[in-house]
Amino acid sequence: MELKVLDQEEIKVSESGGCAEGSCGSDNDQMAQLPESIREKVHNHPCYSEEAHHYFARMHVAVAPACNIQCHYCNRKYDCANESRPGVVSELLTPDQAVKKTMAVAANIPQMTVLGIAGPGDPLANPERTFDTFRQLSEKAPDIKLCVSTNGLALPDCVDELAKHNIDHVTITINTVDPKIGAKIYPWIFWNNRRIRGEKGAKILIEQQQKGLQMLIDRGILVKVNSVMIPGVNDEHLQEVSKVVKSKGAFLHNVMPLIAEAEHGTFFGVMGQRGPTADELQDLQDSCSGDMNMMRHCRQCRADAVGLLGEDRGSEFTLDKIEKMDIDYDAAMVKRAKIHDAIAEELNVKRSEKSDSVNSLSDVAEEGKSYRPVLMAVATSGGGIINQHFGHAREFLVYEASMDGVRFISHRKVEDLYCSGGDTCGDGETVLQGIIRILDGCKSVLCSKIGYEPWDELESAGIQPNGEHAMEPIEEAVFAVYKEMIENGQLEVEAEKLEKASA
Amino acid sequence: MSLSIIESCVSCWACEPVCPNDAISKGNAHFTIDPKKCTECEEAFADPQCATICPIEGAIRTAANEAFNPEGSLTGIPPEKMAAAMAEIQAR
Repeated sequence: MELKVLDQEEIKVSESGGCAEGSCGSDNDQMAQLPESIREKVHNHPCYSEEAHHYFARMHVAVAPACNIQCHYCNRKYDCANESRPGVVSELLTPDQAVKKTMAVAANIPQMTVLGIAGPGDPLANPERTFDTFRQLSEKAPDIKLCVSTNGLALPDCVDELAKHNIDHVTITINTVDPKIGAKIYPWIFWNNRRIRGEKGAKILIEQQQKGLQMLIDRGILVKVNSVMIPGVNDEHLQEVSKVVKSKGAFLHNVMPLIAEAEHGTFFGVMGQRGPTADELQDLQDSCSGDMNMMRHCRQCRADAVGLLGEDRGSEFTLDKIEKMDIDYDAAMVKRAKIHDAIAEELNVKRSEKSDSVNSLSDVAEEGKSYRPVLMAVATSGGGIINQHFGHAREFLVYEASMDGVRFISHRKVEDLYCSGGDTCGDGETVLQGIIRILDGCKSVLCSKIGYEPWDELESAGIQPNGEHAMEPIEEAVFAVYKEMIENGQLEVEAEKLEKASA
Repeated sequence: MSLSIIESCVSCWACEPVCPNDAISKGNAHFTIDPKKCTECEEAFADPQCATICPIEGAIRTAANEAFNPEGSLTGIPPEKMAAAMAEIQAR
């Protein structure tokens, strides 16, 4: 495949990064490495900024049902209220209904900054429905950011239209740049009125994706690349994908784990293809991160999700409910602007506090000694603080504390009761046992409160519950616990080696 | 001469926009083809468009009620090779 070599201009931009703006601190904020122009575009976008996802909400409208390719991880029977994953929706909307729903949500959830079209098919395989929705929204609700995600096959034909509607965020799912690997993921594509199978089809898809990516970058449209990590198929290859898309100018790479439960009825699910473990995913994300700004907070949400990432308030905005709502959008816009300003202000304060408080380990660490990094789980319902009861958490955010500071690693979803028992799983594991399993590798779990029973079980599983940092900012609390662990002598590397030797 | 859609259709909408004759509509249980409008895309395209984009093997039938896309034609794995393919995938 031909790769465009970065020209000098581009290299200059990426090297100067955010540092030239004086805001590139010593912390590991993923956004700090980006040029100011990009940070301005993504600072309140929950899907593009890890920080923003604690405060700002997004929604998807399901206006685009048809698809022009087959992916082995997708089942085109998408109508389901109980499942949360891409490609699934409860009700399909017409563009008019979607516009109405978007304005209703924006008025009722002022933190909602972003409207995306993400299916349940491919938005660009339904260009009339997709662009009608965008056209209306860019006129009626100019304070909402519009984005779209696509498999890329029809992208080159749509770039001009996308630019016209002021869509400055596009996500392309790129799982491979090698047709041989592509043939294992995409059995066929629909192209020029024919079904093209195997490597030949995959090659066309890959060429269209790369061409579309380049065209978007040339027009100054921000591009994020999504990749599904499929063990034994594209796992090692995704490092190459990361390099290629970065060299073309994509600003963020989101490597997501394959979802392949047999009951979802996808080809991979039915055939018994496994998804990656949390460790495998993190290792791959870490090895790509040398080349590329990585996204780790994706929740792989439904094509009709509403709310903060990790929550779904879609049931509050069904068609019959929005029909009864009376929306004064001009008034809503004023309110929304005030709330967005207040959040921005809060974030500024937090950032300046953070640089003071998360400083160094010098008061606890002994010189010459090194200390192991530690994973900790956090229960939060948003706002970047530890504010959720252990028993109410539907997911946990995992942070790594190390001598370099605190960084966000991933989220771990509490599996639904609906999926975790009965015929399919069969092992009769309790919800708590399920949580202990998903928190594997974490040394501590920080929450606002926790009951006695889970406390004991967590402790015996080697995960220390901690309710002492309720209502504190997450990263500060994680750092404080890390310091305690160092003070208590739990993390010295030499000590660990001795333990291993005597074991 | 007309193609038809049977109940294994998952109502994914892929066929509806590609029909050159507007012969396809969403029925209650699944999508249906109006036999008065369907031409099987003869002369217009090399292959009938609905059957060319349909992701479900067996869902679209020929005028003789045979599967236009028989088992294995869309996954690329013929039935006799299924067990071997599954074993290979599960070893990943």
